Amino acid sequence: MRVALFVPCFIDSFFPEVGVATLELLERLGCEVVYPFDQTCCGQPMGNSGCETDARAAEALFVRNFADYDYVVSPSGSCVHHVRDHLTAVEQDSTTRKVRASTYELVEFLHDILQVRQFPWAEFPHKVGLHNSCGTLRRLGHAKPSELNVPDWSKPLDLLRGVKGIELVMPQRPDECCGFGGTFCVTEEPVSARMGYDKVRDHSGAGAEYIVSADMSCLMHQKGCAERLSLPLKFIHIAQILNGDQGEMA
Amino acid sequence: MSAVLGKKVGKKSVDHVKISREFIADEPHIAFHDKRLWTLRTLRDGQANAIPEWEELRVLASGIKEHTLTHLADYLEEFERNATANGVTVHWAKDAAEHNRIVHEILATRNVDTLVKSKSMLTEECDMRPYLEARGITVVETDLGERIQQLDDEPPTHIVVPAVHKLATDVAEVFADTIGTDRNNADPHYLAEGMRQDTRPYFLKAGAGMTGANFAIAETGTVVTCTNEGNADLSGNVPPLYIASIGIEKIIPKMEHLGVFIRMLSRSALGSPITQYTSHFRGPRDGGESHYILVDNGRSERLAMDDFWYSLKCIRCGACMNTCPVYRRSGGLSYGGVYAGPIGAIINPTFDLKKYSALPFASTLNGSCTNVCPVKINIHEQIYKWRQIVVEQGEVSFVKKEAMKMAGKVLADPKRYRQWTAGTNKALAGLPRSFLYNPFNAWGKQRELPEPPKQTFHQWYAANRQAKEEDEQ
Repeated sequence: MRVALFVPCFIDSFFPEVGVATLELLERLGCEVVYPFDQTCCGQPMGNSGCETDARAAEALFVRNFADYDYVVSPSGSCVHHVRDHLTAVEQDSTTRKVRASTYELVEFLHDILQVRQFPWAEFPHKVGLHNSCGTLRRLGHAKPSELNVPDWSKPLDLLRGVKGIELVMPQRPDECCGFGGTFCVTEEPVSARMGYDKVRDHSGAGAEYIVSADMSCLMHQKGCAERLSLPLKFIHIAQILNGDQGEMA
Repeated sequence: MSAVLGKKVGKKSVDHVKISREFIADEPHIAFHDKRLWTLRTLRDGQANAIPEWEELRVLASGIKEHTLTHLADYLEEFERNATANGVTVHWAKDAAEHNRIVHEILATRNVDTLVKSKSMLTEECDMRPYLEARGITVVETDLGERIQQLDDEPPTHIVVPAVHKLATDVAEVFADTIGTDRNNADPHYLAEGMRQDTRPYFLKAGAGMTGANFAIAETGTVVTCTNEGNADLSGNVPPLYIASIGIEKIIPKMEHLGVFIRMLSRSALGSPITQYTSHFRGPRDGGESHYILVDNGRSERLAMDDFWYSLKCIRCGACMNTCPVYRRSGGLSYGGVYAGPIGAIINPTFDLKKYSALPFASTLNGSCTNVCPVKINIHEQIYKWRQIVVEQGEVSFVKKEAMKMAGKVLADPKRYRQWTAGTNKALAGLPRSFLYNPFNAWGKQRELPEPPKQTFHQWYAANRQAKEEDEQ
């Protein structure tokens, strides 16, 4: 299966190890992974800020880069949410529509398309709190949002259960937003930081050593909060755990 | 839309960030506010999960509202016909000014000098109280929370629990200053009793009573109000004259539809199965008078807005506020309008885009509001759309606009983007802490910055994979 890898701008810049883990994991699972070299960003920062027209050129570039693949896979739920639901600044021709429909977040790609449940090479002997980002939870349907009266499901948990030694711990408010929110984290700094503090305190109170997520942007924010509060939490992307990263041993 | 968007009331833009910063700095208040409202959200979950058909009810409620709004004129006329047949005098008010004028005229011609009022957000929206008070009429709020806010000269900060941002000790201070209770006694029962004793005489002497309307039923011409304190019953039944202030979007077609909403309203709002009182006002009592005022005040303009008319489905349960992590931490006053929280962020800009241009940005777009909404308003999607309009209309800072223009250009050009990421990482790595954590770096005020890696993913790929691929070829 030929898969194009989309490494969002902030992962490219700050968390290259997440891109590497995603690439290696997809290859382990038998995918032929192509990394279109001219990629930059999906346009979310501009669209989210209300400056959708400024996103047009970046979105057009995204469509050009990923037009020729069956699947586009990215280790970032919020970027995939943008592509799927808000990539509307460019003309909605058949190419754009195809790219939008074939873009998947890594967890849903593993869970729904490859339908893999076991990761025999993976072992993570730590107490882990799962952070479902709001975009993956409520827009991509990763898990049952706590607000809805519907049967329970969780794609990331289905995958993490296939990892040896992992112990999952539950915070009191499992799916409350952590306050990252894209440019919100800068423009609404006081509320954003308070939400982040509350989030990491909640995870810490539940006994988590690590917080895992399919969204590195939320983790970047939470990590910044935890470090400022001197909470001994560690942060890791789900791609890294599934690819066999064992974390720091005590 | 332009008529509404162009409306300027000459008030300063709401600075959500500044007010929320002040609220957050006060630890006891923010901690209580967040916890209290989260408790309501948790209770709401318990109630919603106890009803197997909850999600079907949401679909049904949303459908009834959409149907009614697409046939609004017909149902309003039906309501007027039936209410008139019940002996009620029906008035139509196109805006707040007309609403206030009508109320004043009804009261003044009957020499009423005291009006008792059960909570109505619409009269807040119309700024009715100061209008009447300037004309010599005493207006007494009879809902406990609303009365606390009235006595403290503050607007309600939540549409269901108007004084939720106050601690009991704050209420003790307000009541000590205004109705003479013991400043050092903050026992809620004592305070509630103090307010009760203070308010009772007003019910008895008021020449008129007024309520809002939770629902107005076209088929019967009746108005339905839901309260936990029974104050709507007292306001509506004790004085000889009754006035109901009704937003035109409150209409539902038939009595049989009411049950759908009654099952959802209090469960969504407070996590209780039902309110203590669900009161139906049908017509005047013997020798009395009933007046309904049907108020537009921007609603029909909103109904014409393609992306935003769904906000008229709102039944004012406040569930979106209780669940909103931003509202819980910034408080209702930070929204600067009658409606706070997520629903305020989409309704207030329809009244005045300039004044409320910050509100669509006071959201992380997490979507919890949309999920709890009993009538399925796509709140966070509307917030996203409002952002585009705020920017289009130029209600955004020069710096932000230019920054986004620049970002858009860099992110559209792979070459410039590579230079920029490499440069940023190098700069971050090389700069001293005191330079990075400066007052202009909003990220660094309360958070550590991510450590820049030695190479970007792109550089790693070029070195490890592309080179390898080339070797293999």
